[in-house]
Amino acid sequence: MVTNVTSFGRSGLYDWMIQRVTAVVLLAYTLFIVGFLLITPDVDFQQWQALFANTAMRIFTLLLVLSFAAHAWIGLWCVTTDYIPMTGLRFLVQAVTGLMTFVYVAWAIHIIWGV
Amino acid sequence: MPLPAITSILHRISGIALFFGAVFMMYALGLSLESEAGFQETITMFEESIFAKLIAWGLLSALAYHSVVGIKHLFMDAGHFEELESGMLAAKAALVISGVLIVLAGVWIW
Repeated sequence: MVTNVTSFGRSGLYDWMIQRVTAVVLLAYTLFIVGFLLITPDVDFQQWQALFANTAMRIFTLLLVLSFAAHAWIGLWCVTTDYIPMTGLRFLVQAVTGLMTFVYVAWAIHIIWGV
Repeated sequence: MPLPAITSILHRISGIALFFGAVFMMYALGLSLESEAGFQETITMFEESIFAKLIAWGLLSALAYHSVVGIKHLFMDAGHFEELESGMLAAKAALVISGVLIVLAGVWIW
């Protein structure tokens, strides 16, 4: 069996499934936020803060950012393994985007639990 | 390049754009939730800065396109649009639907 240490779920089948499950989460969150802004066009600070101070919304946002991390890792893995045949450079790009992904997760937690 | 190949490469490009563009979304979210003043600053930024509007439109466009083609992918996983004719039709439909959404996003922002 061909294996690759930099894939997300250590098997193409897991990555395939995780990519789809996380995609549905990302889509649901997008539709929710766009829907909220469309029905609340004149949103003020109190409404906006109350939305994100809600525990359910914090959990939904944490789910979003963890889904984003897995989805981006798998997507970028597909792209980097397709277009960057040089192992060293590919590893470097994966390391940098991996670090960025971690920063996104930490940043999001900081924002959401700081409300 | 056949149309489904073009929609596929654009799906990758929009995905990469969203990954890096998330910096702006995070910045705007953080600023808007930081304080009353930060919230007003965010609103003013989206109302007055052409640069902010263009980034928002670009990211919403990438998001719309990536979502529509992503949904097409899920249909294909279920065994639809896999023949030459239906595949072409689905690729065209995805481009038209995302085109409409991108125009609507522009109208929303401006």
